[in-house]
Amino acid sequence: MDPAVLSLLYLVILMIFLGVELIHHVPSVLHTPLMSGANAIHGVVIIGSIIVMGQATDTLSMILGFLAVVLGTLNVVGGFVVTNRMLEMFKKKS
Amino acid sequence: MDATLPILYLVASITFITGLKLLGSPKSARVGNLIAAGGMTVAIFGTMFLAKGHDGQPLHNLEWITGALVVGTAIGWVMAMRVQMTAMPQMVSFFNGMGGACAALISVMEYQAVGEAGMSFGGGLATVAGLVIGSVSFSGSIIAFLKLEGRLGDIRFGGQQFVNNALLLGVLALGGAIVGSYLGGLNMVLLLTAAALLFGILFVLPIGGADMPVVISLLNSFTGVAAACGGFLYDNMVMLIGGILVGSAGTILTIVMTRAMNRSLANVLFTNFGGDAAGGGGGGAGGSVRELSAADAAVMMAYARQVVIVPGYGLAVAQAQHVCKQLEKELQEKGVTVKYAIHPVAGRMPGHMNVLLAEADVEYDKLVEMEEINPEMPNTDVSIVVGANDVVNPAAKTDTSSPIYGMPIIDVENSKQVIILKRSMKSGYAGIENELFYRPNCAMLFGDAKDSLTKLVNEVKNL
Repeated sequence: MDPAVLSLLYLVILMIFLGVELIHHVPSVLHTPLMSGANAIHGVVIIGSIIVMGQATDTLSMILGFLAVVLGTLNVVGGFVVTNRMLEMFKKKS
Repeated sequence: MDATLPILYLVASITFITGLKLLGSPKSARVGNLIAAGGMTVAIFGTMFLAKGHDGQPLHNLEWITGALVVGTAIGWVMAMRVQMTAMPQMVSFFNGMGGACAALISVMEYQAVGEAGMSFGGGLATVAGLVIGSVSFSGSIIAFLKLEGRLGDIRFGGQQFVNNALLLGVLALGGAIVGSYLGGLNMVLLLTAAALLFGILFVLPIGGADMPVVISLLNSFTGVAAACGGFLYDNMVMLIGGILVGSAGTILTIVMTRAMNRSLANVLFTNFGGDAAGGGGGGAGGSVRELSAADAAVMMAYARQVVIVPGYGLAVAQAQHVCKQLEKELQEKGVTVKYAIHPVAGRMPGHMNVLLAEADVEYDKLVEMEEINPEMPNTDVSIVVGANDVVNPAAKTDTSSPIYGMPIIDVENSKQVIILKRSMKSGYAGIENELFYRPNCAMLFGDAKDSLTKLVNEVKNL
């Protein structure tokens, strides 16, 4: 097996375990913000849309790429802002 | 090779891990979210200015990318700032769908640009997987969004499960054929996209509204996996790490949620309970309920030592959290100890109720989780159930035929008096009778949660 692929597999397995460990003991109180925060983090898919848009040449790819970056940004910005708004509620207001 | 970008990606990956970790505790959650957001910003700008394309050249179209970022930021910001706290679950679902659509579009473009001939087996697999998972996540999230907005009911037809399974098999077969280069061409890719989108729709359509959070959480982890596919495709570590992390964390979160409802994931996805008036276990349906006036209820509470408030989604729908806080204040001035009993699945998502009450300035330590409040119930003089139903239904403990049998509940029936604020005698989300209402120590106060609470506040004030 290609060693590069193998190290990717190692990474995937370790990340799966890490994800499980990070979430497992969180009180149910925080499940909604946690889901929302995780939702924002998978907005990292925007990186792929930037890469593909950065190589687009014809009009169709330009349009699709533009759309992809907009949608990815919605995921990132909307996700983080909504999470922040939820968590702001937990802050003690004095 | 310039190591700047990989290092920036490493930094971003660390912020994602740290962010998720800090999101797990109430004190640090906000910081965690901001750290992850910072890491994301670093990754985005690093990619724009340092990433190289397939041809080894820097990325172009930067002005268009910037434009798209500005448009997306403006729309996302406005939507996120305007949404009501009660509508939070569907908003999360909507943003999740956008991420899924983004992943699917990347795959389509990759196919269009490179073509299956130029793709390695691994590249093809990542592209097709990203396309299918992203599409399912997109259409499924939009259906979940529409359902929670109340614009779409549960749609079921005979043989639905069979149709879904057949469609899923078809999607997998077509995807496999494309990866294995038995079939090819943009048309086949578009057909695959259409089939995956249809599957996402049909998969979520029959699932009841009460189970939507579980579905959203599951689709959330799907989008994570779709993002990770992009990471494989571009050998991009930050996409891979962020995607897999969310895929794994999201799956566990989904399982933890179903466990809080004492059900399995398969049960949520395939049994379609949570909408039909199943009518199972109408044990006490023959009895009569006792109605109470706001004045009587106020007297009962004002002379109690301890009052426990059990809020449910009805409280959220009526936007009554602020009045609820007022009632707490008035009672406290009369020397009554007031606590809130929070069921793990109260509201629309686990933890949703905590967000809503925190919005109304209810102190965090007044919110008591179910396991801790239940032993205190016998010492509670009055428990007041506001817009909740299934989470206080004793049938969950006694009636084996009930669809909610086995779900842990808040034992309000053990308190000396129970006052139930309810719009009507209609059943809750699980669509089942609640024999609690017919118990001798229970009384009903009918009306909109906000109106009833306002009346109670005024009555308590005048005592």
